[in-house]
Amino acid sequence: MDTDQLIRTLAADNAYRARPIGLALMLALLAAAPVSLLIFFAELGVRPDVMTAMHNPFFDLKFAVTLALAASAIAVSLHLSRPEASLRSFGWWLLIPAGILVAAISGEMMMPQRTPMMTRLIGKNSMACMTAIPAMSLPLLVGALYGLRQGAPARPAVAGAVAGLLSAGLAATVYASHCTDDSPLFVATWYTLATAIVASVGALMGKRALRY
Amino acid sequence: MREREDEWTDLMRSAISGDDAAYHRLLKAITPVLRAAARRGLARAGQPVDQSEDIVQDILLAVHLKRQTWDTNAPFAPWLFAIARNKLIDALRRRGKRIFVNIDDFAETLPGETPEPTASPGEVTAQLQALPPRQRDVLQSIAVDSTSIKDTAAKFSMTEGAVRVALHRGLASLTEKLRDR
Repeated sequence: MDTDQLIRTLAADNAYRARPIGLALMLALLAAAPVSLLIFFAELGVRPDVMTAMHNPFFDLKFAVTLALAASAIAVSLHLSRPEASLRSFGWWLLIPAGILVAAISGEMMMPQRTPMMTRLIGKNSMACMTAIPAMSLPLLVGALYGLRQGAPARPAVAGAVAGLLSAGLAATVYASHCTDDSPLFVATWYTLATAIVASVGALMGKRALRY
Repeated sequence: MREREDEWTDLMRSAISGDDAAYHRLLKAITPVLRAAARRGLARAGQPVDQSEDIVQDILLAVHLKRQTWDTNAPFAPWLFAIARNKLIDALRRRGKRIFVNIDDFAETLPGETPEPTASPGEVTAQLQALPPRQRDVLQSIAVDSTSIKDTAAKFSMTEGAVRVALHRGLASLTEKLRDR
């Protein structure tokens, strides 16, 4: 097939319209969410004292951090799906959840505490956190990568890592309602480690899956 | 050069709003620029320049299949050159060469510089044979025999819609095969 023939063929296919990437990503995440929720309700479930926990600002702050991570990672993912985009202009968005976390830690430091710092940091659920967040993230990550395949990222591994961040953010939001450790120190340690695992897996998977 | 790039942006906008002729003109207009840049890249990597046409076709397919990632309010050229650069680097890497490809390689092509294709490109043609029969027949009919979508539909007793679907799927799987080869 010579190039003129190829051009004529592409022009004949001009009527085809791909789904916008935002929509493709949303649909793929919606399709993957039930799998993650199934893992959550089968293995973990919401903590029994959730109604009282909601009055604890540090319980609520966990959701602020994880939702900020999910939202900023979604925005950065969509940005990175364009071939000429780089992390340079939008990457700082990912610092928003870290900023909230730092503010929460300093807030907690200023309040009188019954338990010592290391006890709060180590908590009771570190292992559950480190396994549940990656396990619940995985279906979301597969979905996110599937949706983002519509895009054309310049650096597929970076785009995959950000897809990992977004799935970890969503999974951690659900997990936070199970976990009884509300100290921002616990969140900063174990949630961050779990998120880093998912981001690395995302980078590895994205490297192949997001090439165009 | 600015003028040329503004013209591309206008053509792409018309193409996206459904003007097939504008799209054809745009692809025709960018091809010599892509060809010149592909040659320059190959030459710098010490590779025979007669392989440039495969790279040009690779870029054109990517432009086509990823055009939804172009923001219609942004200029077209930076988007195009980002895709072209990515594909050129990929092609050189596949040949075992790691070189730095500068965006300016594309931007600096003079409008007067319009090299003709040299060797006939083989990669797309080879992968075409590996497609599922229905996609291959439709692509063959539209691309090689230059039959219209309407006549292709009549020839294979398909609906026009089915021809369009087979055409698009064929182009998409062709690109996938080229990427994973």
